[in-house]
Amino acid sequence: MGTKKMSFGQATLEAMQFAMDEDPSLVVVGEDISWGGNFGQFRGLVDKYGPERVVDMPISESLIVALSVGASVAGLKIVASMSFVEFTMGAMDEIVNQAAKFRYMFGGQVSVPIVLRASDGVRGSSGAQHSSSFEGMFCNIPGIKIVAPSNGNDAKGLLRSAIADPDPVIYFEHKKITGQRAPVEEGDFFVPLGSARVVNEGTDLTIVSYSNMLNHALVAAQVIADEDGASVEVVDLRSVVPLDIKTVTDSASKTGKVLIAHESWVMGGFGAEVMAQIYETLPHRRDLCVYRIGSKTAPIPFSPQLESAVVPGVPDLVLEIRRILAS
Amino acid sequence: MEALFKEGHLPGFVHSCAGQEAIAVGVCDLLTSTDYITSTHRGHGHAIAKGVDPAAMFAELYGRETGVCRGRGGSMHVADFSVGMLGANGIVGGGFGIATGAAFAIKYQRRSDIAICFFGDGAVNKGTFHEALNFAGVHRVPVIFVCENNRYAQFTAASRTTAVEDISVRAAGYGVVGETLNGNDILSVLQSTERAVKRARSGEGATLLNMLTYRFSGHYIGDAEEYRSKDEVASSRDERDPITSFVTYVTAEGLLSLNDINEIFSEVESRLDRAHSFAVESPPPDPSTALNDVWTTRE
Repeated sequence: MGTKKMSFGQATLEAMQFAMDEDPSLVVVGEDISWGGNFGQFRGLVDKYGPERVVDMPISESLIVALSVGASVAGLKIVASMSFVEFTMGAMDEIVNQAAKFRYMFGGQVSVPIVLRASDGVRGSSGAQHSSSFEGMFCNIPGIKIVAPSNGNDAKGLLRSAIADPDPVIYFEHKKITGQRAPVEEGDFFVPLGSARVVNEGTDLTIVSYSNMLNHALVAAQVIADEDGASVEVVDLRSVVPLDIKTVTDSASKTGKVLIAHESWVMGGFGAEVMAQIYETLPHRRDLCVYRIGSKTAPIPFSPQLESAVVPGVPDLVLEIRRILAS
Repeated sequence: MEALFKEGHLPGFVHSCAGQEAIAVGVCDLLTSTDYITSTHRGHGHAIAKGVDPAAMFAELYGRETGVCRGRGGSMHVADFSVGMLGANGIVGGGFGIATGAAFAIKYQRRSDIAICFFGDGAVNKGTFHEALNFAGVHRVPVIFVCENNRYAQFTAASRTTAVEDISVRAAGYGVVGETLNGNDILSVLQSTERAVKRARSGEGATLLNMLTYRFSGHYIGDAEEYRSKDEVASSRDERDPITSFVTYVTAEGLLSLNDINEIFSEVESRLDRAHSFAVESPPPDPSTALNDVWTTRE
């Protein structure tokens, strides 16, 4: 099948429609959902499927998630729009103590097939409460899966898999790229969770990334190729949990130098986990050097000058790659 | 159970529902196996009343593989989805949205079932109470919120933490019907619940039932209970025991003889004895299975 140019958000909308057409027990809930959501990712769904399946919710985040849990164990599948990822903090009990634990705590009696879609990341001066990335926090919780696509094509296939998955999935859609247009495969397809992809092949250094930072990594790799003549391999994790550590360590074995790049905070972040797993998987490779880059330890500031001082961009990646290659 | 815990046979800790039996029994008596309940940390009565096998529940309290949650849940997380028991919850107020969500599913699936949310008076000051009641009011989902108002939120008297004395008045703020009743009188429980069940099943919406009761034991077994007087507990046990008052009623009305009552008691006791034996004779879970069922599928 061919491709069609569309935004990341429109790509997710296509996945939603394939899923809703296939399964009449799939219901979508969220704040402002019949108006299309904050970035138009749900636009038109209510017209096609009606207000019984596309349900406007009160600004009650804990209820949105708890209702999703209760409805899912009673036979529905739920996609819940959490709007901005910060709003999921109002439903932490429901995510961490209910959705994530139900299956295990109740001895495997039930699954909780819900997808929580949350817009995360830095869009530019959205301030501390509308710019965060929280996968580092959520990946510490057994029982949930975490998806963070970097482009519309993956967004479509990963959302399809997330909805088909029997477990609770948090699906992060980066605000900066939700409106970005690119070719997306036509028709219905799935990108499996836990399948990283080598987006750019290289031999001198590996960048492991996901979500919008992956796009910065690709640009940085091109700059390094053009200006330094070095070849950088770029691995897109696509899902944080499950983590495809094999693709990462295969690449690390080849290049011997790894930079893990994410927009969320470095301290206690997901990069530390990937780094640890690389070293634990390849203990015999004493020459291996693994580094990480991410936001510095501060809430994301409003002022553009401060924002770029905290959040790494392409120039920061280029500098860091050069430093590692020279070491 | 109290004795077993005090003697150190049961792991963890246990919250007893002694004194509150009429609510679990009365409410669940009006339900079918496809109706749902959510329960609390004080939920053993709800589980038995909803049809959970007492042997499987006892084995769960012992953390055994034959437990209803295969020893993964324990006292505060007894659940049996095959009988519509969607889980006791260790988080106060954790059940509001879950029961409302189950009711939302029932309505979407056009079933005639209903969902019951059991909770204590301590839970009414959680945001989840307000969020769920509001949604239930807007969407008229078939849910009944049953407050087991035992006057204490953990150690603290409700009067010190709740702005209104009669919490059923809060229903009005959410377009839900509210009612307060004597939760230690099973006939009152049956009457009020029957009305609420009828409303829920006929699509008229949710009800908040404030059932006044009393917790005979402390917050958990072993609680020093410094926050209430021994007299208060003793007089409640003497005057307000829902089982004793029901026995008095049925014998006075000539519905059952004392002989019948004793037979029922000994039948229940031997059933619980068998359940207990089953539990202690059951094997513990195999440690090699400790990581199973975290996820349904692992890629």
